[in-house]
Parts: sequence; C-alpha cells; structure tokens
Amino acid sequence: MFYRESGQFKASYAADQAVFPIRQDQYGIAAILLVAFFVIPYMGDEYFFQAIMVPVLIFSLAAIGLNILTGYCGQLSLGTGGFMAVGAVACYKLTTAFPELNFIIVLLLSGVITAMVGLLFGIPSLRIKGFYLAVATLAAQFFLSWLFNKVAWFQNYAPSGTITMPPREVFGVLVTGAASNAMHRYLFCLIFVIVLAMAAKNLVRGPIGRSWMAIRDMDIAAELIGFRPFQTKLLAFSVSSFYVGVAGAMALSLWLGSVETAEAFDINVSFQVLFMIIIGGLGSMMGSFLGAAFIILTPIVLTNVMVGSLGFQAVTAKHFEFMFFGGMIIMFLIVEPQGLARLWQILKEKLRLWPFPY
Amino acid sequence: MSAAEALEPETILSVENITLSFGAVRAIRDVSFDIRKGEIRAIIGPNGAGKTSMLNVINGFYHPQEGRIMFRGAVRKQMKPHEAAAGGIARTFQNVALFRGMTTLDNIMTGRNLKMDKWRTSLIPAMFYYGPTQKEEIKHREYVERVIEFLEIEAIRKTPVGRLPYGLQKRVELGRALAAEPDLLLLDEPMAGMNLEEKEDMCRFVLDVNDEFGTTIALIEHDMGVVMDLSDRVVVLDHGEKIADGTPEDVKSNQNVIDAYLGVSH
Ligand SMILES: Nc1ncnc2c1ncn2[C@@H]1O[C@H](COP(=O)(O)OP(=O)(O)OP(=O)(O)O)[C@@H](O)[C@H]1O
Ligand SMILES: [Mg+2]
Repeated sequence: MFYRESGQFKASYAADQAVFPIRQDQYGIAAILLVAFFVIPYMGDEYFFQAIMVPVLIFSLAAIGLNILTGYCGQLSLGTGGFMAVGAVACYKLTTAFPELNFIIVLLLSGVITAMVGLLFGIPSLRIKGFYLAVATLAAQFFLSWLFNKVAWFQNYAPSGTITMPPREVFGVLVTGAASNAMHRYLFCLIFVIVLAMAAKNLVRGPIGRSWMAIRDMDIAAELIGFRPFQTKLLAFSVSSFYVGVAGAMALSLWLGSVETAEAFDINVSFQVLFMIIIGGLGSMMGSFLGAAFIILTPIVLTNVMVGSLGFQAVTAKHFEFMFFGGMIIMFLIVEPQGLARLWQILKEKLRLWPFPY
Repeated sequence: MSAAEALEPETILSVENITLSFGAVRAIRDVSFDIRKGEIRAIIGPNGAGKTSMLNVINGFYHPQEGRIMFRGAVRKQMKPHEAAAGGIARTFQNVALFRGMTTLDNIMTGRNLKMDKWRTSLIPAMFYYGPTQKEEIKHREYVERVIEFLEIEAIRKTPVGRLPYGLQKRVELGRALAAEPDLLLLDEPMAGMNLEEKEDMCRFVLDVNDEFGTTIALIEHDMGVVMDLSDRVVVLDHGEKIADGTPEDVKSNQNVIDAYLGVSH
C-alpha cells in the first residue's frame, strides 16, 4: 500500500479545498466508517459500547467544542465541565417539560441554551486574556455547579438531588433510559457526532475558522485587517459551548442515564477535556477524536494489564495512571504541542517520501 | 476630471496638526502633511522619530490628543482599526505580524475578510459549507491566487508561515495587505532585515503595485537609496516633529535633515 499523492492533480480550487484531498486518506476514512457502522455494531458487547465507544464519541464532541475555543481561537477555558452540566440540565428540563418534543430537537436545543450561557461567560474575554480568562472560566465552573446543586428546580425537586433521563425514542427506536439497547445508543451517538463534527470541520476550514485563528495568532493584526475581536471571540465562545452542551446532554441521556449534576460534571471533567485536546492536538479536529480515545482508553487498558494480567492492586494502577497522564501532558506540551494529530501527520509526511530520507 | 484637478493632484489623506503623547512622552508634535492619490509617499527619520506612531494614528490604532485626519474628503477624529480597514487602508508591520499558525494561503485569505459577503460566510451557511460559503471561498481564492502569482510565492502556498524565512514572511504580509485591494497601503519598513536581492524584489513589488493597481503607498524606510528610488515625495520626522517635506532631492539637500541624521543637537 503506497501513501503517495503523485499523479493526483487538483483541477479546481474546490478539489484543493476538500477536507481529505489525498485519495489514500479518503480510503482510510471510508474504511473507518465502514467498520464503525457495520462491524462494531455486530462485534461489540454491552460493555464495549457502554464503557468505550459511547464515552469516546461523547467526549470527542466535548473536545471538539473546547478545541474550537482554545485550539482555534486561543481562549483557554477551564469551565468545560460546567457547560456540560448546563447541557445535561437543559436536556433534562426540556424533555420533562415537553415529553413529546423530538429527542434530536431536545439535544440541539440543549446546545443552543448552553451556547447562550457560554456567550454570557465569554463577555469578560473582551477585557481579560490568557491566565485571567482561564480563572474567570473556572469561576463559571464553580458557579454553575453550585447553582445546579442549590436550586432544586433544576432537578424538578427530586429529593435525591439527581436527574434521571426518561425513556425517549428516535424514529421508533428507544435510545434513552434503562431499557434501551446499548448498540442502538452507540449508533445514535455515532451518527450524531459525525454530523456535528463535519459541521465543525466546515466552520474551521472556512472564513469563520480563519477569523478565529487570526485572533488566536495575533489579535492586534487581526483587528487592523478588519476582524472584530470581540464578536469573533463571542462567536467562538457560543459555538464552543454549543458543542460542549450537546456533549453534556448526550452524556446524561445516552451514556450515564442518571446523574448528580455537580458531581458528574465537576472540575475534573474540565481538566479531562483539556488534556484530551492537549494530547490529541490543539487546533485539530482529528486530534479531538484521538485525544478523547486516548484519555478514555488508557485507564481501561492500564487496569486490564496491571490488575488483570500483572496482579497489581487497583490503587497502584490508579496511581500509575495519574503519573502516566502527568508525564504525557508535560511531554506533549514541551515536545509536540500539536499533539497526536501532528505525530500522525509527521508519520504521513515520512510515508509520502519513503523510502527516500528527504 | 476637470482641468483644475488635473493640475492639482487629488489628496487622498491629510493629517493636520497631529499631536500624540504617551504620558510624558510626546511621540508626535503638531505634524501635518498630505498624501496624494496614486503617489508613493516616504516617511523617514531617525529611530524613535514617531514614524510608526504616525501610521498607527492613520489606521486608527492610536488616537491623537490633538489634530484631525481628512480621508477622502471626510474629517475624522477617531476611528476604530477595523473601520479604517473597511475604509480601504491596509498595512504591514515593522515586526512581521502574520498569523504564524496558518498557511501562506490562509494568511492572504484573511486579507479578503472585508470583501467577503456577510451572509454567505455567516454561521449557518458556513456549517454546511457546500453552497454559498464554498462559492464565496472559491471566488476569493481566485483573487488570492492572483496575489500569490504576483508576489511569486506559489511554492509556499501551503506552508505554515511560522516556518518561512524572514524575507518571505515580509512578502506574505504584503500579500495579505494587497488581498484587501486597499486604496491606501501603509508599509512599515518593508525591506528591513533583508539581503540585497530580497530588497530588490521588494522594491519591484512596491513599484508594480503602485503602477499596475494605482495603489497609493505610504512607506517608512531607513535605506536612503531605496527612498530616493521609490518615492515621489518624502516627509521627514525627527523627535516627533516634521523637519522637512518635499521631493527626494529637496529633502536630501535640506540642512535640517542632514543635521538630524548626523545627530547634531538642537
Ligand atoms: N505604545 C507606546 N507607548 C509608549 N511609548 C510609545 C508607544 N509607541 C511609541 N512610543 C514612543 O514614541 C516614540 C516614537 O516611536 P515610533 O515607534 O513611532 O518611532 P519610529 O520612528 O517608528 O522608530 P523606529 O525607526 O525605531 O521604528 C518613541 O519614543 C517610542 O518610545
Ligand atoms: Mg518604527
């Protein structure tokens, strides 16, 4: 199998601007999609869907959201968990208030509500930058957690303080609630995430993506050539929050089923998603998927190998996991800030020239 | 064009009695000059004379405490940078100010942002991409490709600009400014730090832009040879004050200018 683009000439700007301009990449993506749609559903079991595929897909979406804000627009946020909580609560309130409302609409509206909350918390970005903005988003995280915990209305006054997703159908197939089939939930997540990821890719490769990156790389020059920094950043905050909110709504409805909001979407989740985009690659759509898969899979693999095969204690494995992630993050920040996505790209560049060294 | 206008060239921009201070530092003191349509106007002066500050005033980045600016016949006191950009003023920077993480192509495409249709590039069409947004992208890509060809940078189209050598970065930055199809182009030391060959290329581009597109250019440059060759008229600043204004020959023989450059104290 040769990874070459020789002989492939682009006859139009449209072809040159395609998402996967190289034919081998197109085959690769087609193969991945075939496996995702036609092999995994028949091979996977309940555990595989519930513990691996569904969370990887949902966190990929959250990582895409944060990557839009941080990777593309350069605004660091530590409030991802809080915004996922907004999405989850919005989903719960919407679907309990309007049980007849189509579940897909509920998910999208949850995203829109989160986008509006995100817009609100994006306003300080006019004045503050970098570290201080990160602290402001951290404040958002704690405020939102506190709010959903304190105000019983958000839990429909449930004495347990938890929110539970009622069963909902999409085109006659049950996708939420305890009775739903894990494979169906997986397929629903897959389709939903692919569609939203394509929309995000379209955004970042077009004029809006360029405006975000311009602000990220040099906001003063961006302003001098006609971009409006404030509007551009606010758009990034809202679009980012939309994705994070939908991910939160999906986490409640298609993955966890029942959560205590403040606990399920705490500050650790914010950091987890941040690590996903650092390890996967800042400013890369593919990196969002790679990073999510890496962060979700590593603990599972480590536990299986260390506890299952090597006979270590579970706590030891957990400690090793912390050290491992810490090491990885430091390594990526120092050695390869563009993450796994960049390593993959370097590998492809090498393959393109192989066997010649240059 | 009437006979009177033909005799007296049209002024595109004039600065009148501009004073700009940063706290106690008076960067510009009561400076006036004009820029005529279609000319290359050089702004020269020793380090710290206030040249860059003057460009920053012109494109709305600094707001002068006193004075006013006439641009295309309209008076303006204050203006936001993006308004200046929308009004047809583009610029390059003394220290290259490119978007380092983006490719040459994307950097130059950003220069088109004000020419793009607002609706076609807004959120919802952009999410679908295929359709209005793609049409708009291709239309502007065609213009950008002309700029790329003009500047002879086809080979680095897809290279992230952070990886380019300094001379090429300056060229890409010129490309980004040209992509905006400006009426007035402000160039802050476009040849600084270049070797002879790169300088010659850059001079050629500046002259060609002026000739072929009729773009008015205001240029800051330290290399007197370049200034003499390129410019129609020169304004000289020193310690924030205007000390001379005229043709390159006039300025070269002006005693104040000679003193300023030789460092004679006032
Ligand atoms: N943002 C600022 N804050 C404070 N002082 C400034 C600022 N910008 C410029 N100055 C001061 O204004 C004066 C003029 O600076 P300016 O950069 O305009 O000079 P210049 O003629 O472009 O010099 P050079 O040839 O070194 O580029 C200097 O004394 C500088 O220190
Ligand atoms: Mg200067």
